[in-house]
Amino acid sequence: MTPLLEVRGLRVEFDTDEGTVGAVDAIDLTVRRGEILGLVGESGSGKSVTALAVFRLIRPPGRIAGGSICFDGRELLALPEEEMRRIRGAQIAMVFQSPRTALNPVLPVGRQIARLYRLHQGCTAAEARRRTLEMLGLVGIPEPERRAGQYAHQLSGGMCQRVMIAMALATSPRLLLADEPTTGLDVSIAAQILDLLRDLGRRTGASIVLITHDLGVVAGLCDRVAVMHAGQLVECADVRTLFREPAHPYTRALVRSIPRVDREVAMEPVPGVVPSLLEAPPGCRYADRCPDVLDVCRTVRPALSAMAPGHEVACYATEAARVAAPRG
Amino acid sequence: MPPRPRVSPLLAVDGLVKHFPLRGLGVWLDTLRGRVPPAVCAVDSVSLAIDAGETLGLVGESGCGKSTVARCLLRLIEPTAGHVRFDGVELTALGEEALRRRRRDIQMVFQDPTASLNPRFTVRRTVEDPLRLHTTLGRAARRERAQEVLGQVGLGAELLDRYPHELSGGQRQRVNIARAIATEPRFVVLDEPTSALDVSLRARIIMLLAELRQKLGMTYLLISHDLATVKYLSRRVAVMYLGTIVEQAPTRELFARPLHPYTRALLSAIPVPDPDARRERLVLAGEVPSPIDIPTGCRLRARCPLAQPVCAEPVALREVAPRHLVACHLV
Repeated sequence: MTPLLEVRGLRVEFDTDEGTVGAVDAIDLTVRRGEILGLVGESGSGKSVTALAVFRLIRPPGRIAGGSICFDGRELLALPEEEMRRIRGAQIAMVFQSPRTALNPVLPVGRQIARLYRLHQGCTAAEARRRTLEMLGLVGIPEPERRAGQYAHQLSGGMCQRVMIAMALATSPRLLLADEPTTGLDVSIAAQILDLLRDLGRRTGASIVLITHDLGVVAGLCDRVAVMHAGQLVECADVRTLFREPAHPYTRALVRSIPRVDREVAMEPVPGVVPSLLEAPPGCRYADRCPDVLDVCRTVRPALSAMAPGHEVACYATEAARVAAPRG
Repeated sequence: MPPRPRVSPLLAVDGLVKHFPLRGLGVWLDTLRGRVPPAVCAVDSVSLAIDAGETLGLVGESGCGKSTVARCLLRLIEPTAGHVRFDGVELTALGEEALRRRRRDIQMVFQDPTASLNPRFTVRRTVEDPLRLHTTLGRAARRERAQEVLGQVGLGAELLDRYPHELSGGQRQRVNIARAIATEPRFVVLDEPTSALDVSLRARIIMLLAELRQKLGMTYLLISHDLATVKYLSRRVAVMYLGTIVEQAPTRELFARPLHPYTRALLSAIPVPDPDARRERLVLAGEVPSPIDIPTGCRLRARCPLAQPVCAEPVALREVAPRHLVACHLV
């Protein structure tokens, strides 16, 4: 079966007074049907911009400078805006990081959801209301009738995020882009939201792209993980491989930088800082932070290549080490 | 300074209470009718002791009252009742001037590294301000000290004339820390110092705070909902729920043997970066109840999966192991 989403060579640039910022630098990304893919990296790694590009919501001064985004066999970048609007919301939905600001403050939350049913599925007002209440119940909101009449400011952060998820799922999308859905929520509420996403993913068969900087969240929820650094995709693997045998120096550093509650291990911050993306030099953008850097890293960007089936890494040093000492 | 007996803690909080009265027409009418006006009971009889050189972690979820405790300690807000003794001096009884002099020794790092910096102050002015307010240093000495402090938090002197918007998030939090330690305080309250930061920055700020504590011999009260940060920095941890402390123990003990159902739920909800981790999840039902309408007896009982009829009875902290205190009928 073809993958649900195939991104090839996607480049997103922002024009600024000082020059061009290459926020996403020719990334390849595949989302399979029914899977939860984690997209991780530090702030400024281009994770959110990638999601916005898939949604085709990049606004000037930003622009999609090249590449292709193929959703269920259709090239999204070639679609007229009118058709894209039908896909947005109906087939691809997005859950944003700050639910309270993403919701309309002057409309009761129930009406915001009901509007989607009327708009995308042509429901009658009564039918839309019935399905709204059903959906609010599905995402675990107690007393849906009462909550549907309330405004965003009357709900807790966790409740707002549940409403956002209800809105995203209202149209039974096949791809859900969740951008830091639990950042800013308390741990116990975050755990409830993640359980909800996992459960809904299974039940509806939708694919989920989970954007986060929290590797703990990734480990608990995702099937596969793609790691981004400064706009480049550096490693992609199934979740177990990524945590057991991280291959890219950046992934290894990222895993080591997490303070752990579950075991006694030393914590080491990732060396250096995320480089400026303004007129970024060619080559690997991790080169200046990398302990294993080679000369070639600074001039030619390494391509993603398969270390093992399903485990792709873009790193010359890792490749060289693998060739020198083949595994198994 | 004359030596003090080792037994007395640097900071002792005893029976701290903070109520925020509600306002509005309904409340006003209630008062006219002679009813007790409703209030938000943010902190209800909290007692803590922190020894010199020690770090106490105060953890809990939003709205549990942990930041209110911190603000009461510094008297940024006035406690409703209770005592706060710092180095033997009763802070709650100090007049404004005496309190201001004390602030040299007690500083705070706030959660949001951007919002807590004045956008129109250069780094130099931000760091020198507490020196101007709390010390007798002259202009030249202040300049020198500002430069020195910036070095201590790992920033170069070239940043002194920058404005906050010219700094990265990590640099801003370092400036906040520099401002807090400029007057060489003995005690620093860290209110969520890492929660607005990115993964790799978080690790660095944790390490910086540990290093500064060791070099400058400071005592911290670390307030956080991030148990991982608390685990790395604290010697003891107190867990708060709905205005009260429900468990308190040495850090290692708390993480190895959490006893209160709330602590267990909190620990089991933290996502760990290990896909094969099979952990026993203790899930609390629903959300934190409103602090206006606090349940009687154990405050967790409506959400607690282990609740029994006895939980409707009031419960107090008691010591169940050396230095391990729990407020739960079932432990």
